[in-house]
Amino acid sequence: MKMTTTVDNGVNVEALLGARQALTDMPEAAQFKWRATCSWVRGTHSRSSVEKFFGLGTEQSHKTEFKYDADHPAIFASEDMGATPVEYVLVGLASCLTAGIAAVAQNRKIQLRSVKATLEAGMDLQGILGIDSDVRNGFSGIRVVYDIDADATREEINALVAQSQRRSAVFDIVTNPTHVTVEVR
Amino acid sequence: MSRNGTRRPGTGTTDVVVIGAGHSGLAMSAYLAAHSVDHVVLERGEIANAWRHERWDSLRLLTPNWQTRLPDYRYEGDDPDGFMSSADVAQFITRYAGFIGATVRTGTAVRSVSRHGEVFHVCTEQRGWRAQAVVMANGAHGVAQVPALAASLPASVRSMSAKEYRNPERLADGGVLVVGASATGLQLADEFAAYGREVTLAVGEHIRMPRRYRGRDIQWWLTQAGILDQRFDQVDDLVRARRVPSPQLIGAARTLDLNALTARGVRIVGRLVGLDGGIAKFSGALRNECAMADLKLARMLDNFDALTIAGSLQGEPERFAPTHVDEAPPLAIDLVRHRIGTVIWATGFRPDYSWLQMPVFDPKGRLRHHGGFVAPGLYALGLNFMRRRKSSFIHGAEDDVRDLGSHLVGWLRQAPSARVSARMEMRAGI
Repeated sequence: MKMTTTVDNGVNVEALLGARQALTDMPEAAQFKWRATCSWVRGTHSRSSVEKFFGLGTEQSHKTEFKYDADHPAIFASEDMGATPVEYVLVGLASCLTAGIAAVAQNRKIQLRSVKATLEAGMDLQGILGIDSDVRNGFSGIRVVYDIDADATREEINALVAQSQRRSAVFDIVTNPTHVTVEVR
Repeated sequence: MSRNGTRRPGTGTTDVVVIGAGHSGLAMSAYLAAHSVDHVVLERGEIANAWRHERWDSLRLLTPNWQTRLPDYRYEGDDPDGFMSSADVAQFITRYAGFIGATVRTGTAVRSVSRHGEVFHVCTEQRGWRAQAVVMANGAHGVAQVPALAASLPASVRSMSAKEYRNPERLADGGVLVVGASATGLQLADEFAAYGREVTLAVGEHIRMPRRYRGRDIQWWLTQAGILDQRFDQVDDLVRARRVPSPQLIGAARTLDLNALTARGVRIVGRLVGLDGGIAKFSGALRNECAMADLKLARMLDNFDALTIAGSLQGEPERFAPTHVDEAPPLAIDLVRHRIGTVIWATGFRPDYSWLQMPVFDPKGRLRHHGGFVAPGLYALGLNFMRRRKSSFIHGAEDDVRDLGSHLVGWLRQAPSARVSARMEMRAGI
């Protein structure tokens, strides 16, 4: 006998779908601004924080301020007080895709038991060190490998992962060009 | 002479103005004639004008001849599995016009359509028309949708939309960048490669389909599975369904997919996302776009295999090789340095309603309509997934014309004062 079970990945899909409808009708409320501040500490060590953002037509705030230390490891003659900035990019990508997988799974009524992403990005240091001008500073590529245990077929899981890439902000940010303006005031 | 004396010479009165003498407009004309509704068909050029003058030379229909039919009229040649050329389609439609005895005012381009109270004013270069209703059957492919970044192309690179393209002799020297991987983009990339050009194809979201599966044309399967008859009010996300690019098909007895093009030496890159100083930039999401199309294809074939088919099928279920994506396709190409002489925009089409002076557009300029009902007395035909997935197909006209035609005939039989309730009905989507 097949039991009727409720799929619960802890995602409020009704709220997300409701927001989608509301923001379709009110495109101005869909205009968000994400913010961060960063202060130099010493050496290559900096401390960033996020708290406030703008959305739904008004100032918003996380329930608390989140802080992130960034530095470089000892082999870069640094004190290794935190993850490297490029590792934060991997953290952003992984957490964005993983959140997307949970949301899409909930919407497709797929119960997740465990989702684990392992990321690796190649980088040729000859770029940032200015040794070879043909080598870019950034990653040569990013590989994300998911281990997913869920009540779904292999194909359904692959489709989940594919759809989460389609809807991911960070995936878009890293795969497509973005205008960046840096000023001094 | 009219009672109030406002009718100028050169202004005619009719019940319905049908704009466009393609297959949809003619099918509507036949329906209206069968219901004794006074109407005129206005055609900017000749019957089946776009098929005569706005298609590239090698184009063939994506639907086989057996599927190409209009109300009470079908292909009767000896090649039911073949695919009509543009000239064949023009002839098919022209013969249909003769078959239904349509009266078409050719060479009559509509300049404006507006509504004044209960009456539509339709202005053409020759004369004006007053009508109770207007059917816009002027085609879904009136304007090529070329992205704004096309304006950033270096002057030395020839830029051409798929609507302007005719044959490879129009290409500038050097390589070709084809932007867009729907049926149009793939066919043109294939044509240029066969012509001996270096071809780069920029690929975003796409729909992969084999031409034949288990001995049957893919259109047969789509029909059997009920997919082409799916209604606009039965899909989860209609906005998205209407935006889905045309499947990667060619009107020939072969499958044309990205793997076939790769085998021909076409270079596959991601969606074109930027043009900066002559450098074309491509998305790094290509692998996922291909994975997505492969997954959707497999799901579609699973559904086909699960169908109960009367009679026999040749062959067992088959799955196609995953789309090959190079380890690191280029993310940027310097068009000048790589001697790319032409960029072809196969980035879709949209209907031309520039003459429609009514507040019936959404903030993005797209026509608002509910299954072809635009406003009281104003109807559209032939649009992508308008009432059914097949709405933009030639054989899709029959059901849509019957639905909208019967509504239209009922509308005309009501006194203007009774139309308030009809307006309510329309809002309810009946």
